[in-house]
Amino acid sequence: MSFNIENYFSDLSAGNTILYYKGNVDSDVINHVLDTVEDKMVAVNEQSKLRKKVYNVLVESLQNLYHHVDKVPNDFEDQTAERFGLLVVKKVNNGYRIITGNFVHAENIERLEEKIKRINRSSHEEIKELYKFILNHQRISAKGGGGLGLVDIARKTGNKLEYSIIVYNKNYSFFYLDILVSEEI
Amino acid sequence: MEPIIIEGTAKTPTVKFDSTEGVFEIKGRSIPENSVEFYKPLVDWLDTYKESPLTKTVVNIRLEYFNTSSSKCILDVFKKLEAIHKAKNEVEVNWYYEEDDEDMLEAGEDYESIIRVPFKMIEIIE
Repeated sequence: MSFNIENYFSDLSAGNTILYYKGNVDSDVINHVLDTVEDKMVAVNEQSKLRKKVYNVLVESLQNLYHHVDKVPNDFEDQTAERFGLLVVKKVNNGYRIITGNFVHAENIERLEEKIKRINRSSHEEIKELYKFILNHQRISAKGGGGLGLVDIARKTGNKLEYSIIVYNKNYSFFYLDILVSEEI
Repeated sequence: MEPIIIEGTAKTPTVKFDSTEGVFEIKGRSIPENSVEFYKPLVDWLDTYKESPLTKTVVNIRLEYFNTSSSKCILDVFKKLEAIHKAKNEVEVNWYYEEDDEDMLEAGEDYESIIRVPFKMIEIIE
């Protein structure tokens, strides 16, 4: 059975895609993506409130990949990337969609899914309180993440975190996160 | 003590900490992957400053963007300021935000609710 990370989302490449990236996520790639998306939003005179939200969410999604991706499976097509990630940024009717994809080791899936479910069943006020609690009580992890990225994304967008987990093999799954940053919230 | 003067980059803020002036500033974008590396010298500097601070310290925070990893480091900066304030010195934080940036205002209010130092929220009107 072949596994194609791009075919999974039928509309991944359809529509108004303003950026598509697949490969190693390092500091230079993050800079380049941020500059490109910011320039494109400025070029179409996007209102500054939406522009800032998209930029913030993009920073957190990219740095989530940077800090948290697990090593790719041994039989995956791209073995060169130390931190393999997929990123799609699309302009949609009511804002922007930011889709990320990365491998997650089987043992980390449950914790990740629990975290997302907890965020998704929380009200906006609860998310604010959760953010403050983690900010004040949790130290920065060995990987360099603050544990706040997903909470911050949910708080700033006001939308639920859409996600899918596709089993790759018994040790790995591929995790897609689909974030909508809408114009008026 | 030697002042800290750091020019801003696309990912790190401009910093001016000068113990002779008593007005400190962090300004620009703070979105580095490794925020601890950037902020540790600032937190250490404040640790030394708090031994003999000026009677009044004003801190201007004027950030356009900051990532969640910086948010913890900024809290560490504020905790040092809180210690200075607790030792009966005057400390004031001016938190600047652009007029349409409610997220930045809310971020300032988060800190204000955690840290026992007077905050002033200042809207930047363009």
